[in-house]
Amino acid sequence: MDKWLLCGFLWTISALSNHAQALQVTDDRGVTVTFVQSPQRIISLLPSLTESVCAMDQCQRLVGVDRYSNYPASVRHLPVLGGGLDPNIEGIVALKPDVVLLATSSRASQRLESLGIKVVALEPRNHTDVRRVLKKIGLLFEIPEAQGADRLWRIIDTSVSAAAQSLPAKVRGVRVYFEVNRGPYAAGESSFIGETLTRLGVKNIVPAALGPFPRLNPEFVVRANPDVIMVGSRSMQSMAAYPGWSSIKAVREQRICVFGIDESDVVVRPGPRMAEAARIMAKCLEDKAP
Amino acid sequence: MSSGFPNQHRQALLLAGGLLLASAALLLLGVSVGSTGFESVRNMLRDPQAMQIVWDIRLPRTAGAYLAGALLGLAGAVAQGLFRNPLADPYLLGSASGASLGVALAMALFGVSPLATHWLTRIGITGAAFMGAVLAVLLTLLLAKGVQHTLRLLLAGVIVGVVLGAITSLILLLTPEIMQAMQSFMLGSTGFVGWTACAIMAAVLLASALAAWMMSHVLDGLALGEATAQSLGLRLPQMRAALVAVLALATGAAVAQTGLIAFVGLAAPHLVRSVVKTTHGRLIMLSSLMGAVLLMAADILARWLIAPQELPVGVLTAVLGGGYLLWLMHRHSGRGSGL
Repeated sequence: MDKWLLCGFLWTISALSNHAQALQVTDDRGVTVTFVQSPQRIISLLPSLTESVCAMDQCQRLVGVDRYSNYPASVRHLPVLGGGLDPNIEGIVALKPDVVLLATSSRASQRLESLGIKVVALEPRNHTDVRRVLKKIGLLFEIPEAQGADRLWRIIDTSVSAAAQSLPAKVRGVRVYFEVNRGPYAAGESSFIGETLTRLGVKNIVPAALGPFPRLNPEFVVRANPDVIMVGSRSMQSMAAYPGWSSIKAVREQRICVFGIDESDVVVRPGPRMAEAARIMAKCLEDKAP
Repeated sequence: MSSGFPNQHRQALLLAGGLLLASAALLLLGVSVGSTGFESVRNMLRDPQAMQIVWDIRLPRTAGAYLAGALLGLAGAVAQGLFRNPLADPYLLGSASGASLGVALAMALFGVSPLATHWLTRIGITGAAFMGAVLAVLLTLLLAKGVQHTLRLLLAGVIVGVVLGAITSLILLLTPEIMQAMQSFMLGSTGFVGWTACAIMAAVLLASALAAWMMSHVLDGLALGEATAQSLGLRLPQMRAALVAVLALATGAAVAQTGLIAFVGLAAPHLVRSVVKTTHGRLIMLSSLMGAVLLMAADILARWLIAPQELPVGVLTAVLGGGYLLWLMHRHSGRGSGL
């Protein structure tokens, strides 16, 4: 009881004393988090959020990351605090962060909040989300939008457009199948990979109606007969020859791009490296399109 | 009792006939169900692409589902007879977790080093799964110090299953990008089955059915208890080892080609027994047919329900087999006999 009173008391004091410049951020769960001042010690538990923080030139505020965050290189020597789904709660608390950035799907939010740590849950899923996440992070860092999120987004946006314009005319309307995982799981038109492909001017064989990452019947791909196949992960997909696929134009004519480990990281993360992802896919199209 | 035998024989024949009929009907249905439905079959002769869809994709995967189901049904009947335990299933000796570990390792190591990649391209996912399944059974046998103690064998199987499962989970956690692909392996899929896979499974099915049929009298003897079986002059140690080999081989072949398909191996023998009480020789054959029909039906539904997307076939086998078994159980318990 005493503890609660004390907490309430402290909260009132801090709220009163900082009433004027309290910083409020509403995250993707709809929870509004209030900060007395812009957080200086940040832990990120999602690679795309780590990249977003660093893209805002705020890499120095990071004090810890999850084990999958590997870009930019400077985050590699930060303390690793487990993964987004299995974070090392103790390690996080010990680093005394001002805020922890994580995905909405992470179970850690409640636990961390009950331990008195502020949590901002953000989940970028498509292009619009990436922009929104950049804005939220900009808000968190008190960077004016014109110099922060908006400027960054404009750079990303122009680079994607530039990648699209750099493509020769033959690429326009080429039919593409993007396999994210063995199964086959495809990247549909409504996924962020699909959005990038659309902006590059090619036709995704998986319509938006099927959802972002549907698991398809391999027959469907044979039927759609794509011109180019992109494979975006390393779970031995290139080895998994599906029966009956030899008649697909892309397979017959070897029009398949298999992205390596580093490239895959860029392509499958909805973050500030989207422009680079667009360039990687554009390069593939330039080389392989019929 | 003696008057029951001809009756029982007739029942078994009837069931076999019914299952064969169902197989034929499902095979036809399986060829016509897919992302494009009947259209492909109608246009087959005119359109080479439709021909290929039917001939190279639908037919082998339908046949593959049939063969994998048959292997699992057979393995299930052998396992339940061998361990004299109605809860025994083909994955009992650790083959499922071994196969998962093999696949997880292959996917995680692929692309990491050129040497690993070189070898993995040679054995592929199927090879990795089969090797994992067989090695896990060997490990179980090693831990149990042979096949003599049924209980020790069961316990060793459980231990191997848990430990290998834990290692698989660890690999998955460390390489999250293979999670989705692993999920599809663990829930089973017939999407990768081509004609080669069918030929392999058919050969293994033939060999293991023959071996199981020849040794079925051992299972009949075992049903009376180990001491009785020994007193009947059965050479238990050798026969048991051979039956474990059949179990491991049949399960390994099915798992390698189609992934971990739940429940077929457990449910098929029970479904047969609920219709006809018979000797192990017939039970094994009928259970094999039953497993085949069950898996083929589930596979057709998996392709059809939300086409052109697919449901994991393992989910449907569990729902179909489990639902039917539950219904049988309650119908029987209503009459006061139990399953």
